Amino acid sequence: MFFVVAVAILVTLAFALVRAFAGPTIHDRILALNVVGTKTVLMIAVVGFIVGRPEFVDIAIVYALLNYIGIIAVLRVFEGHGLSAPPAEAEAGKKERGR
Amino acid sequence: MAVGRRRWVIEALIDIVLLTLLATVGIGIVVIRNLLAVTMLSGIYSLIVAVLFVLMDAVDVALTEAAVGAGIMVILMLGTIALTTREERVHGTGHNLLAFVVVLITGAALIYATLDMPGFGDPEAPAHTHLSPRFTQDSPEEIGIPNMVTSVLASYRGIDTLGEVIVIFAAAVGVLLVLGGGAVRRRRPPTDADDPAGEGRR
Repeated sequence: MFFVVAVAILVTLAFALVRAFAGPTIHDRILALNVVGTKTVLMIAVVGFIVGRPEFVDIAIVYALLNYIGIIAVLRVFEGHGLSAPPAEAEAGKKERGR
Repeated sequence: MAVGRRRWVIEALIDIVLLTLLATVGIGIVVIRNLLAVTMLSGIYSLIVAVLFVLMDAVDVALTEAAVGAGIMVILMLGTIALTTREERVHGTGHNLLAFVVVLITGAALIYATLDMPGFGDPEAPAHTHLSPRFTQDSPEEIGIPNMVTSVLASYRGIDTLGEVIVIFAAAVGVLLVLGGGAVRRRRPPTDADDPAGEGRR
């Protein structure tokens, strides 16, 4: 039962990786990072039940907090210091799609 | 026993899948030239490594990995990219054969070295037959701290921990000198003559 859940989480993790590789914009990749973080939280919780240590759920909650704060920080960096100037972003996305 | 065996197989399968994903991400980091994408991939790499650490019961290491690798590292790298460039420049396309051979030999030597290590979770490993009983039985009387991890870190391995703290302190001072020096000088108003070192402003 938990094993099936773990396999499902691993498959979605792989899909998130595909999105991280394919891009094409940086926002897709931030989203992929966020999804991988969420999958990490779920994975740790499920692994806790598989190995018979349900207290891993507490650690998963800490991960959820870390993930949230990390993504907010990354997005703030993009919002703040001209990192996501629209023309440059569009250009970068186009260049990548062309490759 | 059958349940333990089944659990072992499940854990091994999860390990294999996670390590495969890890290798894929590593190859992606090498191949992709867009540095923003590489930054995100390195964050993903840290998260997957953190799951592997949890699977190996090293929860504290996993938390550090997730906080440092997927949190602060990504932000520091994004800051660096904002100051420099977004695309990695390739200097020459020729492959360095000597470097490849050196990497191959080093990797082979490291793998050869792991063959001498005791198996993961082996109860007959030296650490479990000598060190663990000593620490678990004697540390409450010897050190007087109820938490054994703390007594190992702060007392048995005290000098090692002191060295770590010195390294972190030196790194922090170095980063402050490189990044903070100019900014502090610029921010200081000219009337601030009674505080020449600028200590009061920080």
